[in-house]
Amino acid sequence: MWVFLGSECMFFGSMIATFLLYRNEIADGPGADIFNIPFTSASSFVLLMSSLTMVLAHHAFGKGDARGTRIWLAATALLGITFLAGQIFEFTEFVHEGLTLSTSSFGSAFYMLTGFHGGHVALGVVMLLAMLFLSTEGRLRDDGGLNVELVGLYWHFVDIVWIVIFTVVYLLQI
Amino acid sequence: MAQAATRAHPTPATYWGVAAFLAAVTALEVSVPYISALDPVKVPLLLVLGAVKFIAVVSFFMHLRYDKKLYRNLFLFGAIGVFPLFIVVLLSMHALT
Amino acid sequence: MVLDTGKDLVADTPKGIWSWVTTVDHKRIGLMYGTTALVAFFIAGLEALLIRLQLTNANGTILSADAYNQLFTMHGLTMLLVVVMPVGAAFMNYFIPLHIGARDVAFPRANAFSFWLFLFATVMLLSSFVLGGAPDGGWFGYAPLSTQLEEFVRMDFYSIGAQLLGVASIMASANFIATVFTMRAPGMTLMRIPVFTWMAVVVSFLLIFSLPIFGVGLFQMFFDRNFGANFFGGGGDPLLWQHLFWLFGHPEVYVLVLPAMGIVSEVFPVFSRKPLFGYPFVVFSGIAIGFMGFGVWAHHMYTAGLGPVAEAGFGIATMLIAVPTGVKIFNWIGTMWGGKIRFEVPMLFAIGFVSLFVIGGLSGVLHSVVPSDYQQHDSYFVVAHFHYVLFGGGVFGFVAGAYYWYPKWTGRMLDKRLGLWHFWLMIVGFNLTFAPMHILGLNGMARRTYRYPEGLGWEFWNQVATVGSFLIGISFVIFAWNLIKSRKHGRVAGDDPWDARTLEWSISSPPPVHNFDEIPVVAHVDDWWHRKYATNDDGRAVRMADVTGGSAGGTVTGGQDGGHVADIHMPSPSYYPIVAAFGIMTTGYGLVYLPGGWVAVGAGLLVALWGFFGWSLEPVTRDGDHD
Repeated sequence: MWVFLGSECMFFGSMIATFLLYRNEIADGPGADIFNIPFTSASSFVLLMSSLTMVLAHHAFGKGDARGTRIWLAATALLGITFLAGQIFEFTEFVHEGLTLSTSSFGSAFYMLTGFHGGHVALGVVMLLAMLFLSTEGRLRDDGGLNVELVGLYWHFVDIVWIVIFTVVYLLQI
Repeated sequence: MAQAATRAHPTPATYWGVAAFLAAVTALEVSVPYISALDPVKVPLLLVLGAVKFIAVVSFFMHLRYDKKLYRNLFLFGAIGVFPLFIVVLLSMHALT
Repeated sequence: MVLDTGKDLVADTPKGIWSWVTTVDHKRIGLMYGTTALVAFFIAGLEALLIRLQLTNANGTILSADAYNQLFTMHGLTMLLVVVMPVGAAFMNYFIPLHIGARDVAFPRANAFSFWLFLFATVMLLSSFVLGGAPDGGWFGYAPLSTQLEEFVRMDFYSIGAQLLGVASIMASANFIATVFTMRAPGMTLMRIPVFTWMAVVVSFLLIFSLPIFGVGLFQMFFDRNFGANFFGGGGDPLLWQHLFWLFGHPEVYVLVLPAMGIVSEVFPVFSRKPLFGYPFVVFSGIAIGFMGFGVWAHHMYTAGLGPVAEAGFGIATMLIAVPTGVKIFNWIGTMWGGKIRFEVPMLFAIGFVSLFVIGGLSGVLHSVVPSDYQQHDSYFVVAHFHYVLFGGGVFGFVAGAYYWYPKWTGRMLDKRLGLWHFWLMIVGFNLTFAPMHILGLNGMARRTYRYPEGLGWEFWNQVATVGSFLIGISFVIFAWNLIKSRKHGRVAGDDPWDARTLEWSISSPPPVHNFDEIPVVAHVDDWWHRKYATNDDGRAVRMADVTGGSAGGTVTGGQDGGHVADIHMPSPSYYPIVAAFGIMTTGYGLVYLPGGWVAVGAGLLVALWGFFGWSLEPVTRDGDHD
């Protein structure tokens, strides 16, 4: 998984670089003024806390606490879904205010970066729910494809990518 | 597969502590753009705060500190190597000035 | 599987098409990669011959401009992504576990998935010829040409096809890294593994870090073409594509050539009866090439207006990268020096590799000089350079590997006489084809154009090149004939026909499904050689009595009598990898044919999800399914 995450750094790195390149290419459309920092901060906080619930789930699993594992897995998935809902809401707002993939290079770069990130979060949620289901059937193992440790690493990675995106895209606004 | 820890595992208390720390740093970060007195140092300050959060999650939640060195190095090559590569690209496209 | 004394292990190999479709055995997967790549080689070779026919005379009329553009694009794309890389993957798949004393790779089903995804993506890419036209924007797909021709889906086949091939490669690379770093036999330290496997590690590392960058670029191209995005136009900068492409494209060329270098590093010691000269240097120079390969990408972009600072920096870095390559050349020569050389066919191809690669390297150094490259860029001088390193280097190296390892795959030797015909026709044909291109390039002939006018004096060397290209073609027909014929009629090889040095020669030809009866305990580099030969007081090698491979002394459980072996659990076959890969291909077709294709996208994703979930939930080895 670490190997895969190393390659994902390059993947997201390329998209972040593209965004930095086009951060001021707004054509006739809206630019960074369209961002709602308080709202996005709340979303970021949600995702950050989901990393906490994830690591607590992993800890519970290591202790053999099946119920605890399920609670924290569910919490993580719930927080992830909340984040995604926030993103969807944010994107629909932006589209209404005139920023789409095709409006400008800024729009293209923004949606590609945050879109792929959101896709990764969604995939993570699917895996979390799958593990939750397996756990209720008593079939959650600690080896093999869907295991808590691997999904946990993936989930944290998705979170740290968001840390970078939030800083670079929303806060820096240079 | 990620191998077992070679040092003692952190406890839930540690995790809650790190989470609280992250929340605090985030609050700090979010307030920076609103404080115009900080404008001259806004960029480095935000980059540093972001890096602090990044390192905290990677070290503690992903317990990179506790994993096999090889995996850490492979991941770090990607995480760190991405910077010089793209800084060169952006510089050559005059995008960082 | 409980193996009794005397049981014929090879006969236990499963038979039938379904066993191939569901296989997770790295050896079979390797053979499938190799066969696919060989077929693709002939297709891409045919494309090349058509190109040569068109360019034989001035104002050629054999191909239209449109046809020419498709052919040269597909020739490049196929040769690089569907032939040379998969041939490397074939060798790596087959031999990495054998070289490190393992029974399979770390993730056998993922291994199968990588192959099936590769095969389906190749089918998709090639199907474009009959579905409205193949990609025609060059294998390098520069924007804005590649993003503007939206009425044809051709470059969509490019962006999706290459993307899928990339995903397959990334997975395979992660698999190989995990295998080499976690599954080595006891005593097999990293500095004892064969050079070929070391090069496979470097290649895997290059791929996992460079392919994602290309992937981003391909997605951006796809979005520009289909969703009106503005990555490379409409406010976007086409130069971004070039950076993203070459950040991948340059490490890619080392991916293409390092496995071949690994192969000849195995061949030279065996056929000089001497250990590899300077093993650590060969390994470290390979690692250095890997790292430095990430720092030179913009030498493909000197004429794009990067500015003197960038150009100078990349120029110097490019010149420096010749150093570790040179180190390897000296090590190979040092291996031959003072050895008892046997000029068997693999050795001839390996020597051919070194000489041709050096020539290609020299023209490469000429390119690294920026002002000089201003003249050479986009001329046939470049075409000459990369064919010398990729064909003279890569292909010669892989052919050497084929002659060397064919006995291990099939239990039979390739015919030596046919091999000699193959070699001489190929090396003469190759030089006739590509040496003149240096001259043509310096005389101003531009590449990537479908015809040239009269009166520029280019006809003669073009005609020579065409003759040479047909000689190459004939040589490969002979090779194919040899491959087919020798399966049934070749001389029986036995376990170790070349008296070689590495672990794969210690087991039967072909190996049993489980590779080693007992995992060997390793004490040296070239451990198999040291089990066969001790060194006497004069330092000469002395053959030890009656050594048999596989369960020879020094294994983990020690010498038990008569080869009785405990349970060996091999991973069970699975159909989920091919299902998942098929789903992804369907998604790919859907994406090419948007907006109507959304149905296919959805259906494909569902099939893929079914495949992935089934795969992650089934046990690696099913009960009652022990081989």
